[in-house]
Amino acid sequence: MRTLLILLDKEFRQFIRNSFLPKVALIFPLMIMLVMPWVMTLDVRHIGIAIIDNDRSSLSNRLIRKTDASDYFTLISVPERYDTAFALLEKGDADVIIEVPDGFEQSILLGNPKKMRITANGVNALKGNLGSQYAVRIITQTLTELQREQGIDLPSTEPIVVENRYNPTLEYRNYMIPALMIMLLIMLCGFLPSLNLVGEKETGTIEQINVTPVGRFTFTLAKLIPYWIIGLVVLSIAMLLAYLVYGLSPVGSLGAIYLAAALFVLTMSGLGVTIANGSSTMQQAMFVMFFFVMIFVLMSGLITPVASMPEWAQWITRFLPPRYFIEIMQAVYLKGTTVKELWANYTALTAFAIILNLLATLTYKKRS
Amino acid sequence: MNFSNAIEIKGLTKRYGPVVALDRIRLEVRRGELFGLIGPDGAGKTTLFRLLTTLIDPDEGQASVNGMDTATEYRNIRKTIGYMPGRFSLYPDLTVDENLAFFAALFGTNLRDSHDLIDPIYRQIKPFRTRRAGKLSGGMKQKLALCCALIHRPSVLFLDEPTTGVDAVSRSEFWDMLAELKAKGISILVSTPYMDEANRCDRIALINEGKVLGIDTPQGIVSGFNAPLFALHGDDMFGLLKAARCYAGVRTCYPFGQTHHLVTESGFNAVRFIETLSAEGFSAIELYPVEAGIEDVFIQRMENESGQSHIG
Repeated sequence: MRTLLILLDKEFRQFIRNSFLPKVALIFPLMIMLVMPWVMTLDVRHIGIAIIDNDRSSLSNRLIRKTDASDYFTLISVPERYDTAFALLEKGDADVIIEVPDGFEQSILLGNPKKMRITANGVNALKGNLGSQYAVRIITQTLTELQREQGIDLPSTEPIVVENRYNPTLEYRNYMIPALMIMLLIMLCGFLPSLNLVGEKETGTIEQINVTPVGRFTFTLAKLIPYWIIGLVVLSIAMLLAYLVYGLSPVGSLGAIYLAAALFVLTMSGLGVTIANGSSTMQQAMFVMFFFVMIFVLMSGLITPVASMPEWAQWITRFLPPRYFIEIMQAVYLKGTTVKELWANYTALTAFAIILNLLATLTYKKRS
Repeated sequence: MNFSNAIEIKGLTKRYGPVVALDRIRLEVRRGELFGLIGPDGAGKTTLFRLLTTLIDPDEGQASVNGMDTATEYRNIRKTIGYMPGRFSLYPDLTVDENLAFFAALFGTNLRDSHDLIDPIYRQIKPFRTRRAGKLSGGMKQKLALCCALIHRPSVLFLDEPTTGVDAVSRSEFWDMLAELKAKGISILVSTPYMDEANRCDRIALINEGKVLGIDTPQGIVSGFNAPLFALHGDDMFGLLKAARCYAGVRTCYPFGQTHHLVTESGFNAVRFIETLSAEGFSAIELYPVEAGIEDVFIQRMENESGQSHIG
């Protein structure tokens, strides 16, 4: 215990004295939390729209005004002819075209509505797809309003109400932020201790330590504890930033988040130490670490949901610890799910923590 | 337990793949002895140190330090030995004092307890006590490393090439320090590639390519040289070397500082040798008998060894 404190004192001294690490530990979470949510967004807004108004009725006018006011759309122009609108689409200024047919309002009032035409540019599939959906929605809304105000019976437009629970505005950002916090923990608690351990091998200082009566376990523990502390502090900072900057606070309990974070941090440092044990240079450790980080980032549901991956890929994700943590974070943050409901995920993380730390202990050799 | 020997090595062998780093080494270091391992780079000196300091396990054979086996009692050995690796391996980002305090604490001691032992050395680096170890000069680093190796009052000290890369004055100072430590009863095993440092040791072992070529006092080693030895000098040194090597009666000839050393058969006629070379056109030839040094013995034994292995 005393030896551990001596080693910890040394680690903290070295950390603080390092000209580089404390800055990284500070700048990294700030960068991730303040810049990434704005950049890494799949939120579709400001879809360019052109409306061809052949009707020139109060209804079509209302639709145009409503579109213009919407945050989702940017009204590019209201051209006379479809050709002009299509030229805009081809140029890329407009993403969606709505063509209101001649006598549209009249046809509705008569109970036999004419068909509208929606054209969407499919080059940016997401924008085009969502754009046409939004267009349908805004038309439906306009008609519903009309119906309510004038008490007209509209047989063919049964308004479909799509309600997105938990993330009402379908903000990708709310979905991303909990996942980004996980990125921080992967880097701080997996990457850094691994490099630190290999660093002692590279400078040869491990030789001097190995001839002292210090146990291997104590030595490794002293390497990990600082990063566990740093990891959890940084997580807290990130959560505070998420609240202050994006107004996002967890619906569920903080305890559930910290419990999962603690398990995940253990898992990551176990992986880090295992990699460090097998590497004799920083380059080697770095490269292997990058391999894992890439897979974690791309396959754990951090960017794209696991559910939309092919089946074989989903099967692989079961072996990725971050997947379970991301699910926990998103569920607790957005839905307020409890530990009890997420027990399977907590169990999986615990199992990973045990397996990887066992592996780290087994691969650790003081004598070769 | 028999404590008469600080280190006992019996048939120690270590292989790295197909390379035999140490080949059935056998030697003993007596209690309170300053023992030198002399050999060129790659002789296996560092491997031997790593085996004795319990950092690696041997493939064959057995070694003990203070009567404790390196393979089984390594935990106890580590408490009683001090090791200074060839490469500076203290924390460069900690200060002189922090390094000392850190290693002292790891051994559960403090600077005051070993004050008498390290003070003569520590005094020299005291002006730089708040400087980071990485920013010290080579000689200072080495003194700090020695302090750290002594902090827990070890009874056996392992120094792997402590004077490599250090200037001549500092080297000499360092050997004075070792003599002081020896006077305090510490057994010291030190390695060096510099043959001239061998004379400062009580006994030395010549090592080459993982084999011990001889163990004796430096005087004993030198007196074991059993052939006439001459120094040869002239205008065309390179030509002389080639000509001498072709001359019958000359066993070997090798460059030795400003001159060449010439090892000959016992009935060697020096006058005729000079005449022959003069006739071949060499000028300003000087040839005079010299006392053999450790380096001469080393070269002789190395050649005997390789000659034997060729025959065998």
